[in-house]
Amino acid sequence: MATKTSVPFNGTAAQEAKLREIIKAHQDDPGALMPVLQQAQEVYGYLPIEVQKIISDEMNIPLEKIYGVVTFYAQFSLYPKGKYNISVCLGTACYVKGSGDIYDKLQEILGIGDGECTADGKFSLEACRCIGACGLAPVLTVNEDVYGRLTTDKVKEVLAKYE
Amino acid sequence: MKSLQEIQQICETMHPELELRHEGSTEAKSKYEKHVLICGGTGCTSSGSMEIVDTLNKELVARGLEEKIQVVKTGCFGLCALGPIMIVYPEGTFYSRIKAKNIPQIVQEHLIGGTPVKELLYDETVTDEGIKSLNETSFYKKQHRVALRNCGVINPEDINEYIARDGYKAIAKVLNEMTPEDVIQCILDSGLRGRGGGGFPTGRKWQLARTIVPDADQKYVCCNADEGDPGAFMDRSVLEGDPHVVLEAMTIAGYAIGATQGYIYVRAEYPIAVERLKIAIQQAREYGTLGKNIFGSEFSFDIDLRLGAGAFVCGEETALMTSIEGNRGEPRPRPPFPAEKGLYQKPTILNNVETYANVPQIILNGAEWFASMGTEKSKGTKVFALGGKIKNTGLVEVPMGTTLREVIEEIGGGIPNGKKFKAAQTGGPSGGCISAENYDVPIDYDNLIAIGSMMGSGGLIVMDEDNCMVDIAKFFLEFTVDESCGKCTPCRIGTKRMYEMLDKITKGQAELADLDKLEELCYYVKANSLCGLGQTAPNPVLSTLKNFRNEYEAHVLAKKCPAGVCKDLLQFTILPEKCVGCGLCAKNCPVHAISQGDYTAPGKKRAAFVIDASKCIKCGVCMSNCRPNAISRG
Repeated sequence: MATKTSVPFNGTAAQEAKLREIIKAHQDDPGALMPVLQQAQEVYGYLPIEVQKIISDEMNIPLEKIYGVVTFYAQFSLYPKGKYNISVCLGTACYVKGSGDIYDKLQEILGIGDGECTADGKFSLEACRCIGACGLAPVLTVNEDVYGRLTTDKVKEVLAKYE
Repeated sequence: MKSLQEIQQICETMHPELELRHEGSTEAKSKYEKHVLICGGTGCTSSGSMEIVDTLNKELVARGLEEKIQVVKTGCFGLCALGPIMIVYPEGTFYSRIKAKNIPQIVQEHLIGGTPVKELLYDETVTDEGIKSLNETSFYKKQHRVALRNCGVINPEDINEYIARDGYKAIAKVLNEMTPEDVIQCILDSGLRGRGGGGFPTGRKWQLARTIVPDADQKYVCCNADEGDPGAFMDRSVLEGDPHVVLEAMTIAGYAIGATQGYIYVRAEYPIAVERLKIAIQQAREYGTLGKNIFGSEFSFDIDLRLGAGAFVCGEETALMTSIEGNRGEPRPRPPFPAEKGLYQKPTILNNVETYANVPQIILNGAEWFASMGTEKSKGTKVFALGGKIKNTGLVEVPMGTTLREVIEEIGGGIPNGKKFKAAQTGGPSGGCISAENYDVPIDYDNLIAIGSMMGSGGLIVMDEDNCMVDIAKFFLEFTVDESCGKCTPCRIGTKRMYEMLDKITKGQAELADLDKLEELCYYVKANSLCGLGQTAPNPVLSTLKNFRNEYEAHVLAKKCPAGVCKDLLQFTILPEKCVGCGLCAKNCPVHAISQGDYTAPGKKRAAFVIDASKCIKCGVCMSNCRPNAISRG
């Protein structure tokens, strides 16, 4: 089984400039840390320690506090995601309609567990909370695309679209 | 910046357009002959409604009809199970599950020819007497829409359409005719209680925030849009379908308590809602309904968005405020209550989206009007998100006091595939499972608590005989273990231990005494946790222990899962008297656990197959492949 890949950090100068811009735009804003982290994650795709250090220095917030906030919220990721991030909804409405089986099936096919990324960096898998598309339960998303009314048999069809 | 007169002018000009969106309103003097409304909520967007909007627009342009027919992208209509949904006014014909390829036919036959395409209509609306309108269907007939009155009617990205439906009239009335005390009294008299789950009287909250710190230099109005209960999506639908109503209500609240700044804390997982809120705030600032000196008064108020980052505990009021301040979203002890020391230690009120959605209507129609709906102690209506094993999944709004039976059987269309109702789960991970014996209890805050559940934000998940109640309790506990912030011990460790005990039960490793231990631990966690998350986390266990104790006992004593869900307790057997010996099961078995035996039942040509229980992984593939239904599970 693959493990959480620790890909070396390779942020670009352009990304760093963008990050500094974001921090500057929020400098007079009380409670700016969350919006800054959210936008930083949009820039880098995840929040490695190198990015947290820049934020810590620029905003004058201790690194340990930033790390505490990053690890508290499910939305923030310390690891890069796959090219295609698959989220299986395990909300109640999806769960009672069998999304647990779909999640198991994906783990079996991809050979990875929750929050992990395939070795080729192509797919990452996570369980998510209700995305509110309960009318289509059970539901999963691949990046921005939503697939509903799924069965375990349809899982392979969905993956095939991203081959 | 618009003056009050200009706003009134917009209301009058736009009014005929909105009037057209009632069925049979041929009197309306709209610029257009027809309005085509397409749902742009999350449910329908997920099933491709944006592609339909694009195709329809192109088709109309190609045929030169864009001046005659207006396409409106609305919020949620409620019947998410039938999405994508499209409604044509003034007739009110209701197309369901349409695809982009159906559009040319609908344009040709209906929009040009005047004859609706029957086979694409929602089947319940097609009767021998003709085509029924939306409001005559059983799903809509019993509903009473107050909080959702604009959802599925207006274009949420156009402030003018909101104004045409009396939008921003309530804030104008408040600023011109009412003192802050009048506003608070009106909300108190209406009997409005918090729709986020707790049911605290909204007016009382506002009154406290106004008076408790007389010399406060700054106060805040917050909106809880961190709808985290799995299976609840009513707040999202209001934000997507009618974002301005929340802005207007928060402004009213700001005037009432004396605040100048508001924050909406919304889930980042709701991208459409976030986008529409951003648009709405920008439009409101342009029109001057947010900002300095609203409608020329002394009163100034502005609102900013804060995005949640996926932490269920942030739905708890003190945790939410801690999160807005940029910290780990951990709750803090109360008192002091937020009305005294809330955001940045200043007096703060926090209400949920649906609560706010009622406020402008209460101001405009009066407290008595609102109090005339509902039960003695729970006034008004409640929005429920129907989900799970039910035909019409979607959003419904009914007066408080409606029974579960009415909601599930009449509005929800009952349980599909001829299965039997087993339980309804309300209140998400904080609520409980209601059994069939309480099917006719009028739903309100107090009745739900009396039967061991709670209103919660309004998720209503229906379960049938194929759902195992121990498994459901375990599912919710897994959620709370995951979402417990870890600050207090009873919740952090207690929920984990409860989960482990439930896991033991579902694996057939528990004894009868464990059920009592589990119950004891539940009461301990309930009594000793710091915030609402821990205090209510045992509810799913306690309510299922109370209402479905026999199911727990079956797991413990007989080591059986009656619903056939808990895999460790399952056994698949092939019934020789039904088996035709085709071997399909053996061919499909992933672990080769099935082989042909040597017993041939009387009247059968071939020997029956048998399953080797020691190899079986209980995947159920054999069962789904068996044509004569010769495999039993139990």
